[in-house]
Amino acid sequence: MTVDVLEIGDALAQYDPVMGLEVHVELNTKSKMFCGCPTVFGAPPNTQTCPVCLGLPGALPVVNARAVESAIKIGLALNCEIAEWCRFARKNYFYPDMPKNFQTSQYDEPIAYNGWTEVAVPSGDGGTEFYRIEIERAHMEEDTGKSTHVGGATGRIHGASHSLVDYNRAGIPLIEIVTKTIEVPAEKAAAVARAYVSMLRDLLLALDVSDVRMDQGSLRCDANVSLKPKGSPVLGTRTETKNVNSFRSVERAITYEITRQAAVLSSGGKVVQETRHWHEDTGITTSGREKSDAEDYRYFPEPDLVPVAPSREWVEEIRSSLPEAPSLRRVRLQEAWSFTDLEMRDVVNGNALEPIVKTVELGVTPAAAKKWWLGELARAANESGQDLDALGVGPAEVAEVQKLVDAGSLNDKLARQVFDGLVKGEGTPAEIIEKRGLALVSDDSALIEAIDRAIAANPDVVEKVNSGKPAAAGALIGAVMKDMRGQADAAKVRELLNAKLGI
Amino acid sequence: MTDLTRKTAVELAELMTSGQASSVEITQAHLDRIAAVDGAVQAFLHVDTEGALAQAAEVDRKRGAGEQLGPLAGVPLALKDVLTQEGVPTTAGSKILEGWKPPYDSTVVKRLRSAGIVILGKTNMDEFAMGSSTENSAYFTTHNPWDLGRIPGGSGGGSSAAVAAYEAPLAIGTDTGGSIRQPGAFTGTVGVKPTYGGTSRYGLIALASSLDTPGPCARTTLDTALLHEAIAGYDPMDSTSIKQDVPPVVDAARRADVNGLRIGVVKELGGEGYQPGVEARFHESVELLTKLGAEVVEVSCPHFQYALPAYYLILPSEASSNLAKFDAMRYGLRVGDDGVNSAEKVMSLTREAGFGDEVKRRIMLGTHALSSGYYDAYYGQAQKVRTLIQRDFANAYEQVDVLVSPATPTTAFPIGDRADDPIAMYKNDLCTIPVNLAGNAAASFPCGLADEDDLPVGFHVMAPVMRDDLLYQVGSALEAALAEQWGGVLMAQAPELEVTR
Repeated sequence: MTVDVLEIGDALAQYDPVMGLEVHVELNTKSKMFCGCPTVFGAPPNTQTCPVCLGLPGALPVVNARAVESAIKIGLALNCEIAEWCRFARKNYFYPDMPKNFQTSQYDEPIAYNGWTEVAVPSGDGGTEFYRIEIERAHMEEDTGKSTHVGGATGRIHGASHSLVDYNRAGIPLIEIVTKTIEVPAEKAAAVARAYVSMLRDLLLALDVSDVRMDQGSLRCDANVSLKPKGSPVLGTRTETKNVNSFRSVERAITYEITRQAAVLSSGGKVVQETRHWHEDTGITTSGREKSDAEDYRYFPEPDLVPVAPSREWVEEIRSSLPEAPSLRRVRLQEAWSFTDLEMRDVVNGNALEPIVKTVELGVTPAAAKKWWLGELARAANESGQDLDALGVGPAEVAEVQKLVDAGSLNDKLARQVFDGLVKGEGTPAEIIEKRGLALVSDDSALIEAIDRAIAANPDVVEKVNSGKPAAAGALIGAVMKDMRGQADAAKVRELLNAKLGI
Repeated sequence: MTDLTRKTAVELAELMTSGQASSVEITQAHLDRIAAVDGAVQAFLHVDTEGALAQAAEVDRKRGAGEQLGPLAGVPLALKDVLTQEGVPTTAGSKILEGWKPPYDSTVVKRLRSAGIVILGKTNMDEFAMGSSTENSAYFTTHNPWDLGRIPGGSGGGSSAAVAAYEAPLAIGTDTGGSIRQPGAFTGTVGVKPTYGGTSRYGLIALASSLDTPGPCARTTLDTALLHEAIAGYDPMDSTSIKQDVPPVVDAARRADVNGLRIGVVKELGGEGYQPGVEARFHESVELLTKLGAEVVEVSCPHFQYALPAYYLILPSEASSNLAKFDAMRYGLRVGDDGVNSAEKVMSLTREAGFGDEVKRRIMLGTHALSSGYYDAYYGQAQKVRTLIQRDFANAYEQVDVLVSPATPTTAFPIGDRADDPIAMYKNDLCTIPVNLAGNAAASFPCGLADEDDLPVGFHVMAPVMRDDLLYQVGSALEAALAEQWGGVLMAQAPELEVTR
């Protein structure tokens, strides 16, 4: 009996992973790729459809110029060349959630091609290493509808009694971004993949072309992984793991595939070329459709659409309107915020850059914003295995809590409890403070009573202070805080105590 | 009052403007005519009696209220069953769409409605427009009003036969390789294939997207031009639509003047395989145009000989993909849905039962031509031929204004004659296909009867992109000269149909 997976260390000692990443991004255009239907997420099934996106007989597509503009933005931001002339093609295959039984996509003439980008991953010694990722292409296509399989145990088609199809998603504009082969030091592979997807998320948000809600599937990653024996130039058979929908899962799924394929190969087996499904809950991939070479999509140029030929003037206009490149922006922000390299690295790796930017915009100091996002929220996200933006806590909440700290109504310790409440969905900061009874006691008389108790209980300390050692008063502050069960503003306590002791 | 069904659209419009007839009376007269003769002709798949009379009443109301109406308002029309009309059964001649009522109007129908044209019903056609005789209709074969034992041409045989049988003064067809012009030629009527992109394909159930073109049919050149003007023009719903003004087709039809026009006779479209009677009428017409002042020269288009094979790769390729949507999932026929069969099985059973032989033949051809490893040799090569044919036209139009040829190599053939020989059937469209591959405009005008069989012959005129007006200039001049010669229109020589009901 062979093992299912090798230890990752053993796997990487024997094999070098080779990766390719395909990322599908749903654009945030108001209307669909080829018709005027709205693209709002979560509408009742089949309410955002028309003859075009339902593929009714006779209906014809018309290209959404906004989607082309977004595609060009993405292409330019990934340092791609923008085609002077390109076409859509039909990818022919039958599936009930695809109304025309062909997907209108781009094939050998993508709108953007030959680009590159750079990602940062932590190095072992606390520094940062940069890796260049070559971009093969970014092309436009339409999304399919969404099938729900009913009656089976697993929600998968196998064992289901029937399936329901929602065509609201059919025709939503997608950009598929395809990397060239990524070959990095074996132990870095999974981290580089995660950093790449995370970087794309930041980039797409900065470009304002997508909401990039991974939990809603607006960014989906397919990871191609193969292994080759260490030092060998011969590529192995690859698998394609579909729909890996969080940064963390990208890293986990790739690591899993490396360990699985290593186990197969080291026991003398052969990796099967196939599509695999990623299971978030169990952390494994399972075999999906076998991708035989016989699969033939019979691509040909879409005759219902005229070629897309963006003028050079338009492309340059778009280029000049692009926001600052994320890498340059990072340098600028680090300077403005006075963060050390290490601090900045932690912020970037913790995916906290954008939240901190937004929190600082709301009037919070960079240091405080970093403290909450990295110290509290990133930690909570990590503990619960979620991405930071799925926690349900946003810049507005962080700013609200910090405002209360600044006003002296909360201290850091209590603020942490408020964040804990926010993560657990207990309501707004005010509601949590109310429910958990977290407000600082700012009533002077209650504090003075506590101070009197502390003075009475610690005559030796008072003696020290009176004998010219004011620093000893710290112990009295500690006693007061303990008495108040932490719900007092330490600065206020010091002020009142000093007055009492005449120092 | 004289029989309203014998009038041209222009005459009917005059009767309505002068208050001598209402649209309801005219529409009813045509519905009566359909009831009387369509049992024999079988031009209609669906007659929308109530809908047509309601549309007619609406036009009459508007006219009574003094509203501004288009030149064809209130005139009835027969619509090829390949164009969607909201709420009216639309089958494209196929069982797979039996019972489907589209939830939307095609652009052509929208424009007909805004022109006040009354839609009588949907006409028979070869299934998904694949054929040249209507024998591939999944429902029945339409009969040629000139000889009920013969086919009316196809795929739009229903539309042309309806016009020739006086069931409608106007009809809409669609032309992918000759489906308007060839039935026009076979029924002694006018059929125009506008420039590709000159009329909108939105709502046209696609056969081959890069070739399909909706167009007008009628008994006179002027009627055809008026209908052309009503349906043509840029449509933002069709991205292959041309953003230009409609060529001045009505003016051209009224001018009837070819003096100084340079006409090129295509050398490759004639000779062997052409019926002598067809060639005789064609050459007489060319002589007539010469007498009217046209400069006639012979022009060579050497790549036309490859048009047929290229067409029968491009068309099936596009069709195989266009017809993939007929899968029983959302509309139309559904076979084998027993709660046990998979969706894939239901798709396959439905397509097996719902498509006819010719449709399956072309889906298989197209699927093969697009498959990996064959794509370059078939589809890719055919696209190259297409470019060469476009160059032939471009070269020719440097020398002449229009090109002419017979519309078909023969006259209408007997029902069943070529049903088992697809290649013989395909050859019907030898003269008409090159134009579709190039996207130019073309038309067939009646130019007499062949001596052998006393059946109509079509005179084929081809014009450059968006010069559709030239077609009407030639057609109207020829029509006037021939009418003078015959002492009336060709249709006057058609045999009277027996009224069956």
